[in-house]
Amino acid sequence: MTELTYRQAINMALVDELDSDPSVFILGEDIAAAGGVFKVTEGLLERFGPSRVRDTPISEQAIVGAALGAAVTGLRPVAEIMFADFAGVCFDQIANQLPKYRYMTGGQVTVPVTLRLANGASGGFGAQHSQAVENWFLGVPGLKICVPGTPADAYGLLRSSIQDDNPVLFFEHKGLYQLMGEVDRSLTVPLGKADVIRVGSDATIVANQAMRKIVTAAADELARRGIEVEIIDPRSLAPFDFTTVAASIEKTNYLVVVEESSGQASWGTTLVTRIATDHFELLDGPPTLIASDDVPVPYSEPLENAWLPSEQEIIETVERLANS
Amino acid sequence: MAAAEKKSPPAVPVLSTAATADQQIAMLERMCEIRGFEDEVQRMFAQGLVRGTTHLYQGQEAVAVGVCSALRIEDTMTCTYRGHGAVLAKGTPLDRAFGEILGKAGGLCKGKGGSMHLTDVTVGALGSFAIVGAHLPISVGAALSAQIRETDELAVTFFGDGATNIGAFHEAMNLAAIWRLPVLFVCENNLYGEYSPLATTTPVSELTVRAASYAMPSERVDGNEVLAVHAVTSAAAERARSGGGPTFIEAMTYRIVGHSRSDPAKYRPDGELDDWLKRDPIERFVQYLREAGVASVDALEDVRTRAHTSVAEAAERAKGWPEPTIDTRFEDVYT
Repeated sequence: MTELTYRQAINMALVDELDSDPSVFILGEDIAAAGGVFKVTEGLLERFGPSRVRDTPISEQAIVGAALGAAVTGLRPVAEIMFADFAGVCFDQIANQLPKYRYMTGGQVTVPVTLRLANGASGGFGAQHSQAVENWFLGVPGLKICVPGTPADAYGLLRSSIQDDNPVLFFEHKGLYQLMGEVDRSLTVPLGKADVIRVGSDATIVANQAMRKIVTAAADELARRGIEVEIIDPRSLAPFDFTTVAASIEKTNYLVVVEESSGQASWGTTLVTRIATDHFELLDGPPTLIASDDVPVPYSEPLENAWLPSEQEIIETVERLANS
Repeated sequence: MAAAEKKSPPAVPVLSTAATADQQIAMLERMCEIRGFEDEVQRMFAQGLVRGTTHLYQGQEAVAVGVCSALRIEDTMTCTYRGHGAVLAKGTPLDRAFGEILGKAGGLCKGKGGSMHLTDVTVGALGSFAIVGAHLPISVGAALSAQIRETDELAVTFFGDGATNIGAFHEAMNLAAIWRLPVLFVCENNLYGEYSPLATTTPVSELTVRAASYAMPSERVDGNEVLAVHAVTSAAAERARSGGGPTFIEAMTYRIVGHSRSDPAKYRPDGELDDWLKRDPIERFVQYLREAGVASVDALEDVRTRAHTSVAEAAERAKGWPEPTIDTRFEDVYT
């Protein structure tokens, strides 16, 4: 076990994959000589050389397309999309090419591409560098989606993503890069497996990435008020571990989902729908989604903070449900 | 300049004889098979056997065959939704290509791809793509892979003149150039991007100009002269295999039919089609082979007959294959 930041854990996962599999290489804007704008890829160029650690032009379509072409001809690329919002300029490659290629060819190709994307609000980057965009891709069968919230999950999920023979979107939350935690380099984390991060019997809260911290604070306060909350981090959004969530609701009978994103066409909305449809009998109250406001991410600190789901809103929602 | 070019095809270059006589006969046979294949697809469509749409290749056969005959089987090729010719030229069997267009279980892609996505990885036909320009970065990636794996494989990508106006084209050209990747960009300039004449969408009439801005060598070639295409491709391939980087090839050609099955191509000026029909790549090649003494009139007629028979038999076989079982729709999403 080593104490690492989320950033260091991702770096270490890249090192360990580059070390253990010669078919792995990485590419992206300023990831080599500069070590990445978030310094996630620092030291990799020096260690693995310019053939396997490649700076690209500012050309997201070429980055993703080249990763795809390399993947179907025997390599295992890891491409970085600097800010996840930039997925918009290579949307075709992510939504039409990566996930459909295998299917359209009747399984003739495998597409072991990992895209790392720096996601999420709270840094004051403004609307075009702050959106958590994973929901853009939920409606695209053929992709896998990871949203790690701790250094250990970042390490373990990234290694699993790179080893996976399918295209994986690996969303790193910018607000978590400095987060410290224990990492065991011998452990990978399987895709599609949720983690119960707090055990409780009165209500189930599902949250990930930056929302874990706020939900945990809310749970502490609720405990002081006599309400024991169970918290589940799904860790992957596709495939989604509905089983673990349903098992928790069987015990707690309430579901609250907390999501850093507009709730329109989101993973939280899907989860609420799915639980209401398949497990209505388990519920003693309406499954509830607490999401961000339906506006772009604002710049100013008070505006951005107000846009995010708040601890107070979570406490009030859970209290109202549990006391109903 | 652009208007004049639209009226009259480029001057005829001297035919190269780089390919051997046997290769030349094989090239003619494949061109005849592609023509017959596309004519048959047109009939199948009219009979209601083909779903969606089709984008046919009659008239452009010399480009696909000229290029692919200069490649090795392990070289990878990507192409567009007008890709039947390229995939057949790379060596895929006629019946499995028909089977895919008919949506059969025995089709190349088990009936999940259709006319616009013919793929046969076993012969290096890495895919047919239906988003204009999207496959160019993918071929760049295949070339990058060849470079990283230290092989001398090539990647070739076919696309139309219209694709030179989309961003992915420029990103792909730029990346290939700065990394000196072994990729050949083959632009099939058939004078129309969908229904629009090139001059109405593109401010340069010679698309090789676009390669110059990426410091990339380029060649403009008569795309209706199969041996000329073969020669240009061979030279570019040799350069790429020896580390000399990518080449942009602009093959001037013409599609005899409309853009897709719903297009009667009424936008073409009077006489244009007739001018190009006089330069039909198959007829010209037959004439050349006869005049150059490569084959007798009878032998050339045999080639056509053989191609016709192969196509007819393949079509009949594929028509008899079963539909996919409905549960297979869940397969091949993930590994």
